[in-house]
Amino acid sequence: MIDRPLTKNIRPDGPLGLAAYERAGGYEAVRLALKTLTPQEVTQRVKDANLRGRGGAGFPTGVKWSLVPMGPDAPRPKYLVVNGDEMEPGTFKDRLLLEGDPHLLVEGVILAAYAIQAEVAYVFLRGEYLVAQERVQRAIEEARAAGYIGENILGTGYDLDVHVHMSAGRYICGEETALINALEGKRGNPRAKPPFPQISGLWGKPTIVNNVETLCNLPNIIVHGADWFKGLSRTDNGGTKLYGVSGKAKRPGVWELPMGTTVREIIEDHAGGMRDGCALRGIIPGGASTDFLLPEHLDLQMDFDTVQQAGSRLGTGTMILLDDQTCPVGFILSLIRFFAHESCGWCTPCREGLPWVEKTLQAIEDGQGNVDDLAILDHHVKYLGPGLTFCALAPGAVAPLGSGLRYFREDFEKHIADKECPWKRTNRTEKG
Amino acid sequence: MDEALKAHIEAEARLYERRSAACIEALKLVQRRNGWVDDENIREIAALLDMTPDEVDSVATFYNLVCRRPTGRHLIRICTSVSCWTLGCESLIAQLGIKPGETTADGRFTLLANQCLGACDHGPVLMIDDDLHRDVTPERLGEILAKYE
Repeated sequence: MIDRPLTKNIRPDGPLGLAAYERAGGYEAVRLALKTLTPQEVTQRVKDANLRGRGGAGFPTGVKWSLVPMGPDAPRPKYLVVNGDEMEPGTFKDRLLLEGDPHLLVEGVILAAYAIQAEVAYVFLRGEYLVAQERVQRAIEEARAAGYIGENILGTGYDLDVHVHMSAGRYICGEETALINALEGKRGNPRAKPPFPQISGLWGKPTIVNNVETLCNLPNIIVHGADWFKGLSRTDNGGTKLYGVSGKAKRPGVWELPMGTTVREIIEDHAGGMRDGCALRGIIPGGASTDFLLPEHLDLQMDFDTVQQAGSRLGTGTMILLDDQTCPVGFILSLIRFFAHESCGWCTPCREGLPWVEKTLQAIEDGQGNVDDLAILDHHVKYLGPGLTFCALAPGAVAPLGSGLRYFREDFEKHIADKECPWKRTNRTEKG
Repeated sequence: MDEALKAHIEAEARLYERRSAACIEALKLVQRRNGWVDDENIREIAALLDMTPDEVDSVATFYNLVCRRPTGRHLIRICTSVSCWTLGCESLIAQLGIKPGETTADGRFTLLANQCLGACDHGPVLMIDDDLHRDVTPERLGEILAKYE
């Protein structure tokens, strides 16, 4: 049985073309679903597998789909949108799938679109992913020529068109309602929910937005079923997961492993452990918007529920390592600088608060902080938290800040007391 | 804007329920041709896609990849996000001798600080025009830049 459904076709010399993808069992799921299953049955299989969204939130994919209006009275057209706006610092997993097996994504798109009976699908990619654009575009064209996309697919009467949309670079477009605005050619500000996109999304029509990795899981779930999918995992959160490591590890990278693989196995066995002369101090487990974990969490199983119980989030599953040769204040400042820049400006706490946090952190890092600054930072962690801003950007931004202030407080205090960054002083001393 | 460019934008507009959805692609196509997007381009795109110039400009100024000011012959987008920061992007910026937002005196390079480029396992990374360069070291930087005249 297949144990690496997401990456089994990925080769160093480029992605499989249509014929090779079909020889590897590709588009079997589309034949099976469109010819023998109703859209409701496809949705049920995905619900039974308990596939949870791989973009970071972990919402059950089948449940999300089941809120789309179905039947002859549903508004038309309906839309399926691929969220390929991978912009969260430390996240590089969807790039692997987009560049490595674009037909797997296209097949997943057709299955999801069929399940909600969408007529049009857009693959929304971040503007810098030019290799992915070329490969996904080619896969779509091959699939269209083979009759998997277009009118009356495989003689079933189902019509679907698929287009690629290249974005122009804003992190907030990863938020699904902001992505919908961006796709409409507007500023990527998030929309108020409700109405949810399933009811009123792109141009007011029913719309599903799914992450790349989520969609790539569908073909094998349809062919091999829920029990197989659940059996891939070491915990009750089914499937495999793309896990990544960046920072000062010996061999940073991204790997498909059973859901629930421990932090220690990912860092030590797959990433080769820390570079010589570096010790691990902290782990951002799933992209820049997740709370720090500590070396004491190394035996934590990386799945949605377990990481949440430890006070953080699985997020995208791509972890960033903080080592003892790197200043935690500078590290958090880099994260906050990103979020302050990427705030869409729509709501005041985020637009005004994050730059203030950035300036405060910069002052501390430059040796110009004072004792009151930590209270200012604590205040922002509290008032930019969940439920107090228009969308999840600011709460995500202050997740590593709040946990960083808790775990590395003595480093912040030392910057303020010494009026300089201890790591910069070390460098200066070494250089003589 | 010449006829070929207009035809390209027209083809994009047909992919969407409303024409205005093509404005981001239109801005990028114009930039690819001219290096940046000037006020006249904004008015032309607006006329083509049934938008007001202010609507188009509100979009142009929102997105990181659209330049509303002239740039050098080549655009360097260096990733300054946390993984590349940890791995030393700041020393590469120092080596380039210009700050993000600046252009070299000979007009050859404009440097922009970019958000995470999604290649964190190969940091530090930077893009020059359409090319991604991974595992960039101070030693390799000169040799990489030499490819861009």
